[in-house]
Amino acid sequence: MDNIFGMNKMKIGERAIVKKVCTKGEMRRRFCDLGIIEGTEVECVGKSPSGDPTAFLIRGAVMALRSEDSGEVLVFPIDTGVSFGGKFNGSD
Amino acid sequence: MGLTKSSVGQSILKSKSALHNVYNEEVKTVALAGNPNVGKSTLFNALTGMKQHTGNWAGKTVDNAKGYYKTAENIYALIDIPGTYSLIARSAEEECARNFICFGESDAVVVVCDATCLERNMNLVLQTMEICKNTVVCVNLMDEAERKGISLDLNELQKRLGTKVVGVTAKNKKSLRDFGKVLDSAVKEVGKEYKISYSESIERAISLLEAPIKRIVGDRLSARWLSLRLLSKEEKLMAEASMFLGAEIAEDQEIKKSLQTALFGLSNIGITPDKIRDMVASAVVLEAEKLIKGTVSYKGEERNSFDRKADKIFSGKYTAYPIMLLLLGLVFWITVEGANYPSAALSALFSEIEVFLNRMFRYFGAPEFLRGILVDGAYKVSSWVVAVMLPPMAIFFPFFTLLEDSGYLPRIAYNLDAPFKRCSACGKQALTMSMGFGCNAAGVTGCRIIDSKRERLLAVLTNSFVPCNGKFPALIAIITMFFTLSLTGFYSSAVSALMLLLCVVLAVIMTMLATKMLSKTLLKGVPSAFTLELPPYRKPKILEVFVRSVFDRTLFVLGRALTAAIPAGIILWLAANISVGDTTVLRALSDFLDPFAKLIGLDGVILIAFVLGLPANEIVIPIMVMAYTSGSVLTETASIAELKNIFMANGWNEVTAICVLIFFLFHWPCATTLLTVKKETGSFKWSALAFLIPTVTGILLCALVSLLSKI
Repeated sequence: MDNIFGMNKMKIGERAIVKKVCTKGEMRRRFCDLGIIEGTEVECVGKSPSGDPTAFLIRGAVMALRSEDSGEVLVFPIDTGVSFGGKFNGSD
Repeated sequence: MGLTKSSVGQSILKSKSALHNVYNEEVKTVALAGNPNVGKSTLFNALTGMKQHTGNWAGKTVDNAKGYYKTAENIYALIDIPGTYSLIARSAEEECARNFICFGESDAVVVVCDATCLERNMNLVLQTMEICKNTVVCVNLMDEAERKGISLDLNELQKRLGTKVVGVTAKNKKSLRDFGKVLDSAVKEVGKEYKISYSESIERAISLLEAPIKRIVGDRLSARWLSLRLLSKEEKLMAEASMFLGAEIAEDQEIKKSLQTALFGLSNIGITPDKIRDMVASAVVLEAEKLIKGTVSYKGEERNSFDRKADKIFSGKYTAYPIMLLLLGLVFWITVEGANYPSAALSALFSEIEVFLNRMFRYFGAPEFLRGILVDGAYKVSSWVVAVMLPPMAIFFPFFTLLEDSGYLPRIAYNLDAPFKRCSACGKQALTMSMGFGCNAAGVTGCRIIDSKRERLLAVLTNSFVPCNGKFPALIAIITMFFTLSLTGFYSSAVSALMLLLCVVLAVIMTMLATKMLSKTLLKGVPSAFTLELPPYRKPKILEVFVRSVFDRTLFVLGRALTAAIPAGIILWLAANISVGDTTVLRALSDFLDPFAKLIGLDGVILIAFVLGLPANEIVIPIMVMAYTSGSVLTETASIAELKNIFMANGWNEVTAICVLIFFLFHWPCATTLLTVKKETGSFKWSALAFLIPTVTGILLCALVSLLSKI
């Protein structure tokens, strides 16, 4: 699992698991309230017209985050191939 | 827009005893808590029969509202508190909510949840249950969940939580009766607090503190909860708790010693207070996850596919802005087109009533002075306000409400976040700006949803740059008179709508420029973090919206305008009929203001109208007309075309019309808005700036236009 990147780098439709929340203080708490902690699954569901902020599906709710904030959340992608019994390789 | 809302705020905390007086029996206090945008206000209205304004976006309720709800057994005072994601408060609104749940001593706290994202909502449920023994979980929007193929096992959830859980649909009467029964049984018995299990090390620390705290606070607050707050060093919350208890918990020697031991023990294994806070918060999230597993199941994967598709259009790279303009333009067009006929009919009706009134006064031999002041003064201005202002308002308000209820408003904030960020402001300012279109005072109050103080001030100070509902009819009237009267049919209203759209675009651009300039000068700083929930689109109840907005908002705003119009009409009549030397007061005043007014493309009368219009923008145009006609024989309420003739006869041309439009867009906010700014900022300086910034902008722009027209 060395394929770790910032949540802001996620593409639309991509799903990932939160590995680490780097930010401290206020924003960390806000993330926590929204349920963004280590192990949370997030899905990138859309981008605003200028590409930032980005909308994420987090525990059933859609939240828009600015990239400098979401960049503080490190994620690793869910390898969709595995969940289909290894039939498919890579992600779509 | 919350115009009809009585803001009761923190005072509720103190006024509990006063509740007994309303009914002669005891009233139980119940707090209605919940995440933002879970339909709390809708539920509150359904239960209390009140008309708290609702909308489909997070952060709409910014102050506590109170209403009464009668069940088979009890009378409840329901307190609708602002939505919050957690009890760890950051913004003023969240603090308000938190304090009420923790220290409001209510008989029960109802946590309203959104059935479509129950897991996230569980966070607040668990935090509330940690402190409040009588918690009722009310799962709202059950119908929406069903539509999305989400099935909920509320019995299982109730078992797991050990508290009452009830599913409701605010629009469904039967589900509300069930809610009443559950509430009745919940307040009868004292429930128990929910124990979230934390890590072993934290549990050990809690056990050190719990006993000494319990000795001091007894049953008034949960000792376990207080231990956790002490351990994670939530000083502000502890200060509130101490104030509530009347005892400094953190100053008690025994507690102090235990806390030191606990923190020392934790730091030995590398756990700092920061880490504790993290661990506590994560434990709650994980507990919620555990609770939900097995109680909520989804049919089909694509339950939100409609929302995603809609977002692709409403927030798409190429479609977002055109659609925003198109929607706004369409609403304007319908407003202009639809307002024409009722406006004309109303003017005809009012002028007949005027003739009748005059005849009556003369028939009974009333003194001419009295007739003048009442009919030519008070009645005429008021009838102008109703004829010119009511129809566009009655059409525009419901449309605006539809946009709010459908969930489109947060998308506007989402789309406009990037430009606002460039002005070092918060994307939520787009929301408060949108509220400003309805009413600037409501927009200013709404700025509480912005967490950072600097960004909140930016939004407050620039809110009146967007034209409110009181200005739209006036803008429409001037545009129609001077630019589209010669056009016919569809073109006439289409061009009017287009010009109105231009005015709005100009207003938004000026909002951003002013924001940018403020953030470079008086309110320097970097943009703070931004999180915005994009709620599911909801089909608004069209009929309900129309009825509600006409009765709740339109009539309310109209009433306010009329209370301003009547005294203004009287003052104006007096000014036009009392002479000083060889001229009237009105003439003397307008002659005095004329030289300055001419510099910015206006005239003295127009400026007087704007000054007299301070209480309400709706009365500015009627005052102008009255001032112009006060000396002439024309006494009847006239049509738009005749109005144009009156203005033209007083030296207006297209340039004057443009300058008046600009000055309408940018001048001092109305008195209500100014008072609201004073209340929200608590500072005379910021209120003065809220007055000066748009005024100076307007004067400069008008001067520029007038100068350009002369070249």
